Amino acid sequence: MKVHVFVTPKKNVLDPQGAAVSHALESLGLRGLKGTRVGKLIELELEAADTPELRAELDRLCRDLLSNPVIEDYRYEVASR
Amino acid sequence: MTIAVLQFPGSNCDQDAFHLFASGLRLPTRYVWHKETSLGDADLVVVPGGFSYGDYLRCGAIARFAPVMGAVQAFAASGGLVLGICNGFQILCEAGLLPGALIRNASLEYRCQDCALRVEASTATFNPAALGAVVRLPIGHGEGNYRIDEAGLARLEAGGQILLRYLDNPNGALGDIAGVRNAAGNVFGMMPHPDRAFERFHWSQDGLAVGRAVLATRFPELALKSA
Repeated sequence: MKVHVFVTPKKNVLDPQGAAVSHALESLGLRGLKGTRVGKLIELELEAADTPELRAELDRLCRDLLSNPVIEDYRYEVASR
Repeated sequence: MTIAVLQFPGSNCDQDAFHLFASGLRLPTRYVWHKETSLGDADLVVVPGGFSYGDYLRCGAIARFAPVMGAVQAFAASGGLVLGICNGFQILCEAGLLPGALIRNASLEYRCQDCALRVEASTATFNPAALGAVVRLPIGHGEGNYRIDEAGLARLEAGGQILLRYLDNPNGALGDIAGVRNAAGNVFGMMPHPDRAFERFHWSQDGLAVGRAVLATRFPELALKSA
């Protein structure tokens, strides 16, 4: 299965990269832009079944390593193929 | 007394930190490799600057799980002195040993420059009386923009946990914060480099007094020398 982990800066945390990308998008002619947030996509490929135990483990790993809860939020999508 | 300077793959200020304590302050100093699980007889653990593990994912995020960090956690929990400089500060924040986090500089630029820093009245040994109202230390970082939530900032202010503030904020840090300590007063972290300000050919020698102020937390006899 594949797990896609999305890590994004928290809403109330300054995102300097997002602000810079906003400026670039506007200079390229994009109108009506209200804001840009830049985050990360982390793609995991693993052999496992989608169980509550796996999700608990994923949550723990997202909190401990893949995101920093002080400044970032995370969510993930599990896609079995 | 023994100073232990940690070394991670990608540390690049480990020798600077070693030199500050070994040559600048003339104290027994040794390196501890990141795969070690013991700190031996260390009295102060220095987590040096650099780009540990390439700073992949986030600065300090991977170093925080290095084998030696288990020993650092236990050492800090038992009251041992820890000083994180630059990347070392980022690692200590990731490890939860210090509050807050460091994100990309507001300018998006890597900033390498001299900084004047206001000394806050933080501890019995780290304060303007010991260090002077302002110390001058260099910085060199791309992610030194200190962030913490409102409640956390209020706790830092109320507890006197802020060590240093930039007079001219180079990175967008909240409250101009350049360095903090933990509530217990034994874990210190700062973006500026005392390890780059102590030789006669450096433009400032304030790194010596900053190093002593941290050490004097446990070894008050060292405070006298900085007078």
